[in-house]
Amino acid sequence: MDRVDGPLLDAAPRLKVISQLAVGLDNVDVAEATRRGIPVGYTPGVLAKATADVAFALLMSAARRISESERWVRDGQWTLAFHPLRWLGVDVHEKTLGIIGMGQIGLEMARRGRGFDMNIIYHSRSRRPDLEAEYGLVYVDLPTLLAESDFVSLHMPLTPETRHYIGEAELRQMKPTAILVNAARGPVVDSRALYTALKEGWIYAAGLDVTDPEPIPAADPLLTLENVVIAPHVGSASLASRGAMCMLAARNLIAGLEGNPLVRCANPEVYKA
Amino acid sequence: MPYDTIDREVIEAAADLRAISTYSVGYEHIDLQCTKSRGILVGYTPDVLTRATADLAFALMLDVMRRVSEGDRLIRSGGWQQVFGPCDFLGTDLETKTVGILGPGRIGLSFAEKAQAFGMKVVYHGNGRLSERQERQAGIEHVSLNQLFSESDIVSLHIPHTKRTHDMVNRSLLAKMKRGAFIVNTSRGRVINQKDLVLALQNGDLAGAALDVFYDEPLGADSPLAKMENVVLTPHMGSSTKETRENMARLAVLNLKMAMAGRRPKCAV
Repeated sequence: MDRVDGPLLDAAPRLKVISQLAVGLDNVDVAEATRRGIPVGYTPGVLAKATADVAFALLMSAARRISESERWVRDGQWTLAFHPLRWLGVDVHEKTLGIIGMGQIGLEMARRGRGFDMNIIYHSRSRRPDLEAEYGLVYVDLPTLLAESDFVSLHMPLTPETRHYIGEAELRQMKPTAILVNAARGPVVDSRALYTALKEGWIYAAGLDVTDPEPIPAADPLLTLENVVIAPHVGSASLASRGAMCMLAARNLIAGLEGNPLVRCANPEVYKA
Repeated sequence: MPYDTIDREVIEAAADLRAISTYSVGYEHIDLQCTKSRGILVGYTPDVLTRATADLAFALMLDVMRRVSEGDRLIRSGGWQQVFGPCDFLGTDLETKTVGILGPGRIGLSFAEKAQAFGMKVVYHGNGRLSERQERQAGIEHVSLNQLFSESDIVSLHIPHTKRTHDMVNRSLLAKMKRGAFIVNTSRGRVINQKDLVLALQNGDLAGAALDVFYDEPLGADSPLAKMENVVLTPHMGSSTKETRENMARLAVLNLKMAMAGRRPKCAV
């Protein structure tokens, strides 16, 4: 979450390498680093499965109202043993999962959806016909994805183009029974519009691993709602993922300091000088 | 309903009783010896609730391993004050972990399918063995009861509650589990000796538990479980989705109608 931009680079004239402990680069002015001949390392791939696990956990928690009912139980409100119409959630099998952004994390999400007998549609900057064939994915345009999905999961990077990608207009196009999952970056969703959408029932529920800002302030209106579950940005927070990320970031750093190409470089064009 | 006890006393008091239709797949609350001896037909609701229940079991496992509800609770109580460092709030990876399914029935096997989509290895133990073909198709390996508990990173229970399984998961079996292991229960509360489970959790012998069912239900806020951070507790909602409950209702009514017409219910115990 540290900003690495022009002013910081000005203050560090001997900087040889930037090594980011993440796959997201929205906090780094990569173009500026490239202009100054500084390679930027990052950690793609090694955190894809762990992040998809959390995205799917949020999808299920929202669909089956786990966190919500858990609060109720811990609060001592479970007094009648059983009622057939209490705590009704939604099924996921044979429902449509719409994935926006078909990179490595989007693909892992699709695999998990298939394991739950879901139909997978996707929208992405580039089509992946190879994945369509292998996983039965169907490419659609954004309006179709929003209109047809029972679950929408966001897996794009945060760029100027994807800021508030999901706003009021998009939320209104979704089904009132639909669930939005965001394990990408908080600002990809217009949080105020999301609050309204959840409060007024434009969508059924949301599961968020990322918010805008982070940490989400205790007074944020989203926290007054029952139909949202929010995790404190734990997408890659597993021992194996963080271990692999740290190793990769360290190797990137060492390579940069030794003047060698980085293991995973976000701006390989920096070497074409 | 699954909470009604239809025992000998109840059955004998209902002299004209011809059929019982339970809104559940569990039927341990019905005295089947008594119904059999009186020619009373008993219907139940298998299959229609298989996936919803397996879904919840898997979701509970995901939740406790990646600390989702715990995180949500932390946030809502104002406890998330600054962005976490790389080693904060770590959860447990699923990939390459071993899930041990106790009870490879409909729900257990549905759970196994999902586990594989997440890159997990699946072993099982049950009353009997599946055929080699079934094991191959499901991609699961048979192990002994002791191995199930000692080798699994997660044990998920999918067994009915009977005299044999009552208190089955007790101190002795829990002691065999890895310290970093989790237990998931969406079957019946009384297959676990809950006092032993609480002790194991308090002593750190297990990493955590995700439970939809309890020894006594409802579970009160005064239960030691309700004070733990590394457990996920849901109010017996395994099959609780709109569509699944509707399907269960339709089947329960159909079972009853068929029995009243003197026919074997669509799904008869």
